[in-house]
Amino acid sequence: MSDTLAITLRGVVKRYGSNTVLRGIDLDIRHGEVTCLIGPSGSGKSTLLRCMAFLEEHDAGLIRVAGDPLGFDAARNRLPQTEIARVRRNIGMVFQQFNLWPHMTALGNVAEGLRQVLRLPKRQAQERAMAHLTRVGLADRASYYPSQLSGGQQQRVAIARALAMDPKIVLFDEPTSSLDPELTGEVLNVMRSLADDGMTMVVVTHEIGFAAHVAQHLVFLDEGQVALEGRAGDVFAQPWHPRLRQFLETYLDRGASVLLG
Amino acid sequence: MTWELVVLLGWGAVMTAALSIVSITVGLAIGVLICAASLSRVAPLKWFGRVYVSFFRGVPLLVLLLLIYHVLPQLGLDVPGVVAALIGLTLCTSAYQAETLRGGFVNVAPGLMEAGRMVGLNARQILLRIRAPIALRLTLPALVNEAIMILKASSLVSVVGVGDLTRTAQNLASSTFLPLEMFAVAGAYYLLLNIVVGYGGSGLGRLLGLRPA
Repeated sequence: MSDTLAITLRGVVKRYGSNTVLRGIDLDIRHGEVTCLIGPSGSGKSTLLRCMAFLEEHDAGLIRVAGDPLGFDAARNRLPQTEIARVRRNIGMVFQQFNLWPHMTALGNVAEGLRQVLRLPKRQAQERAMAHLTRVGLADRASYYPSQLSGGQQQRVAIARALAMDPKIVLFDEPTSSLDPELTGEVLNVMRSLADDGMTMVVVTHEIGFAAHVAQHLVFLDEGQVALEGRAGDVFAQPWHPRLRQFLETYLDRGASVLLG
Repeated sequence: MTWELVVLLGWGAVMTAALSIVSITVGLAIGVLICAASLSRVAPLKWFGRVYVSFFRGVPLLVLLLLIYHVLPQLGLDVPGVVAALIGLTLCTSAYQAETLRGGFVNVAPGLMEAGRMVGLNARQILLRIRAPIALRLTLPALVNEAIMILKASSLVSVVGVGDLTRTAQNLASSTFLPLEMFAVAGAYYLLLNIVVGYGGSGLGRLLGLRPA
């Protein structure tokens, strides 16, 4: 498994009308690595992540997940819905707005896919869902509805929901951006422990500290292109790159000054 | 004012309740279909839904009732006033309920459906397990409101000769020369019925496991 790539993108283009958001992205996501996508707002990082889940349909280029084309094949034929769903099964997603289903409890949210997609018996689904809630430290909140949970707790339930389907790769779309600062820590800790367990993760984030300490692979996007890419230590050791320097300087007051030496 | 009169008015209230219950439930069923048509990607269906809603929402219920009452005999359908009243109330409320439901459906946050796609739910499961229950949760208060509106608007059916609560009160008022008492009791009956509807609505919400946001 380790020699095949988790996700590959070749020449991926995304347009909204006349606005080209992604201008030909080539990127490899390796198994067992944490890849962080950083960049100024409007650089296309969330769009890129959503393309990896086929929540946005790329206009050109090829995306492969675990070797299989996602959404369109190499000849740009649209793949059938069942094939899209099959390839997507490799991927879990965690959203900025959590997107927990408000009419289900925390346990219900995590168990839903197990029941409806994997068709597990109720009891088995609940046991497995409970195990995942325990992993994110929320076993005692299983019967709570999302509206009764804090933002940080909701996001941890959302992580448990994604993990319950046993994905090979988890995509995080600014997972802490809608949280109060004092709640980001609990979510980042869960993500860090996932990374320690060797989960393949792609994280769009503004948490430069997290990117610097947890990511093996750092991608700096600017104006819809990969401006800089490499091992996290190497990328942050190159603050001479004018756009990266400019970007990081906006984070000086958020404690990123250490990175600039 | 005797208990006898209160009981007579009570029978009028039963008629009002029956008309309202039938038109609300049948109207909801039609409303679901019209809502589905309005949200459909098939242009003629969408068009039909839109026209249906704007027609039955745009024509005053009083005019609609008189229209149905006079049109049906012309078509050779000699129906009693009760049937004309039921048709009018049902068509009217179905348009409002269709529009309320449509509003609920389009207001379900897209991210909630995306989350469904990402755990692997298919389109049907996303509709039945996520979109519809959340839309219902968003619209239940408005649907209860609509039930109360129809219950009160049903007083208009007296124009097609149906002996509902208002009509009974009018008749008794002129035969007993006690208009104040009759309309006061009729008002109390309407109030009572609507309190029941209100409580019924919250009970239904709990039964369906709907929670405030």
